[in-house]
Amino acid sequence: MNIHEYQAKAVLKQYGVKVPEGYVAFSADEAVEAAKKLGTPVTVVKAQIHAGGRGKAGGVKIAKSIDDVRTYATELLGKVLVTHQTGPEGKEVKRLLIEQGCDIKKEYYIGLVVDRSTGRVVMMASEEGGTEIEEVAAKTPEKIFKEVIDPVIGLAPFQARRLAYSINIPNELVNKAAKFMMALYNAFVDKDCSIAEINPLVVTGDGDVMALDAKLNFDSNALFRHKDILELRDLDEEDEKEIEASKYDLSYVALDGNIGCMVNGAGLAMSTMDIIKHYGGEPANFLDVGGGATTEKVTEAFKIILSDKNVKGIFVNIFGGIMKCDVIANGVVTAARQLGLDKPLVVRLEGTNVEQGKKILNESGLNITAADSMADGAQKIVNLVK
Amino acid sequence: MSILVNKNTRVITQGITGSTGLFHTKGGLEYGTQMVGGVTPGKGGTNVDITLDNGTTVSLPVFNTVKEAKEATDANTSVIYVPPAFAADSIMEAVDAELDLVICITEGIPVLDMVKVSRYMEGKKTRLIGPNCPGVITPGECKIGIQPGYIHLPGHVGVVSRSGTLTYEAVHQLTTRNIGQSTAVGIGGDPVKGTEFIDVLKLFNEDPDTYAVIMIGEIGGTAEEEAAEWIAANMTKPVVGFIGGQTAPPGRRMGHAGAIVSGGKGTAAEKIATMERCGIRVAPTPSEMGSTLVAVLEEKGLLEKCIVR
Repeated sequence: MNIHEYQAKAVLKQYGVKVPEGYVAFSADEAVEAAKKLGTPVTVVKAQIHAGGRGKAGGVKIAKSIDDVRTYATELLGKVLVTHQTGPEGKEVKRLLIEQGCDIKKEYYIGLVVDRSTGRVVMMASEEGGTEIEEVAAKTPEKIFKEVIDPVIGLAPFQARRLAYSINIPNELVNKAAKFMMALYNAFVDKDCSIAEINPLVVTGDGDVMALDAKLNFDSNALFRHKDILELRDLDEEDEKEIEASKYDLSYVALDGNIGCMVNGAGLAMSTMDIIKHYGGEPANFLDVGGGATTEKVTEAFKIILSDKNVKGIFVNIFGGIMKCDVIANGVVTAARQLGLDKPLVVRLEGTNVEQGKKILNESGLNITAADSMADGAQKIVNLVK
Repeated sequence: MSILVNKNTRVITQGITGSTGLFHTKGGLEYGTQMVGGVTPGKGGTNVDITLDNGTTVSLPVFNTVKEAKEATDANTSVIYVPPAFAADSIMEAVDAELDLVICITEGIPVLDMVKVSRYMEGKKTRLIGPNCPGVITPGECKIGIQPGYIHLPGHVGVVSRSGTLTYEAVHQLTTRNIGQSTAVGIGGDPVKGTEFIDVLKLFNEDPDTYAVIMIGEIGGTAEEEAAEWIAANMTKPVVGFIGGQTAPPGRRMGHAGAIVSGGKGTAAEKIATMERCGIRVAPTPSEMGSTLVAVLEEKGLLEKCIVR
């Protein structure tokens, strides 16, 4: 789960991670109020959307007066920002962060991720702050320093200092930087983050080390123990169909194509997208109905697939193990009837009770095309939506 | 022969009184697996009675702790169906009891819980498979997990996979071609897990009864690349591969917690290129895993030895 920058900064502040002072604003009036409260000569007006690259897209403005703040806030609120992470349709700005300006001496990068090969949390640091870490990794990997963290002791002070020295934090600020890193690690672990990125971390003219930007991602599997984080979810930032799917415990990802997919199992669901593309089609979604699908769940899955206006046909690909084919077939038939399905539907069933499943589909009187294999089904649906 | 599990494996179910645990304990018994008991804290001293499809009833003892269960039943393996919030603790309990093998089926364990588990397991004797996996099956001998047993056929091809249903797909394609499997291992779709591809490949390489291997990976991480390099350097048997998620958009998690292309790393294209460079034939579509293996077996003169009926 993603949260906004201003929320991330509030979470980090609880752990003693130094951040600039700031307030969220939903209107130009609130922005002006916030700026007055800050009372700093320079104020930063930052668009709050769940995507990086806001600066380059014109989403961050430096205001030198209260009038500036009002002008920029009015300009940004309601504006659609297109960054390299939003896709071409962009995202509408509905919230702003009004923050004190900083006297930036130098920018750095600090990140935390769970490293799969070591099975540990790894802190990464670089002197190349402000740019994307992927770019740094590709062009100058020697400028990224890493510390693998033992979960029993956490980020050790010596590791934090070593990182600070490696990225050339000024000598007199090394201890401040180390303290910052350790606080960041504590927040990461305590709140079950999956990614934390401080880009940039800045050293200021008056000798502070602070997070000028902050991005936190949370492990959705751990949200059950973080009710406070769950409250920060902004549904405006998520795809409506994905929100609907999550209510029914369906794993759904919206894509750009026109062939709706309903599959059991994540690996099979991904491969179903692949095979559709292999035969010249474009999948409209990734959808894993999971292992314990009921008729109700299948119906909901159909509704979500069909709520995508681009969908011209549906491919159901099920390998029934625990999930029995007759249950799926009943679900498909019920859903198709209930929704008055008028689009091509190809169904490939395999596994437990497959014969019963096929019989249910054949006797339904519905216009369902049966397929013998994944390849057969993919070819059929691709031809049907042409 | 086979790897990891066989007819002598004695299995307890952690979370045996839950509906999932009970259902799959029955599935194991139906298949002929030696299910010898279960653990549910607070229900120790009771029994669960499971009526099989043939009408006989099996009564399994329930224990409060894994240690007690092991002592009383002589189990060497456990399978975990405990809910995600408590599953990491269950794994550590099984490790502490010094079982040989722990198979965790549970999906949705917080990743930082698994970071702790993996640290806890350092230097311990227990092997962990999973979490978020379908389990392990040696056809005709022992089924531990949620796989549909009947699609399998005893034989000589090893299967190792990060995905459950894709494993079934591969097994089904083999069985319909009369090619049996020595053991099929689902290592699971989580980013931090117990056994990795290389561990399973080593076992298959050393198993005289396994003649070839299918390795099924997916986007995310670099485990497939590492496995491919290991295969090029060490594997004496042919390996056929497949990678799911070739068309997945970067930055989006595709169902499995570990299936995500992030920072340009973990793409299917990169994995396939490395695998092919290391001498692994990669099936172009999931429908062609079986036929690709057949082609390779034919070239190596192994096809006849692998056809078991």
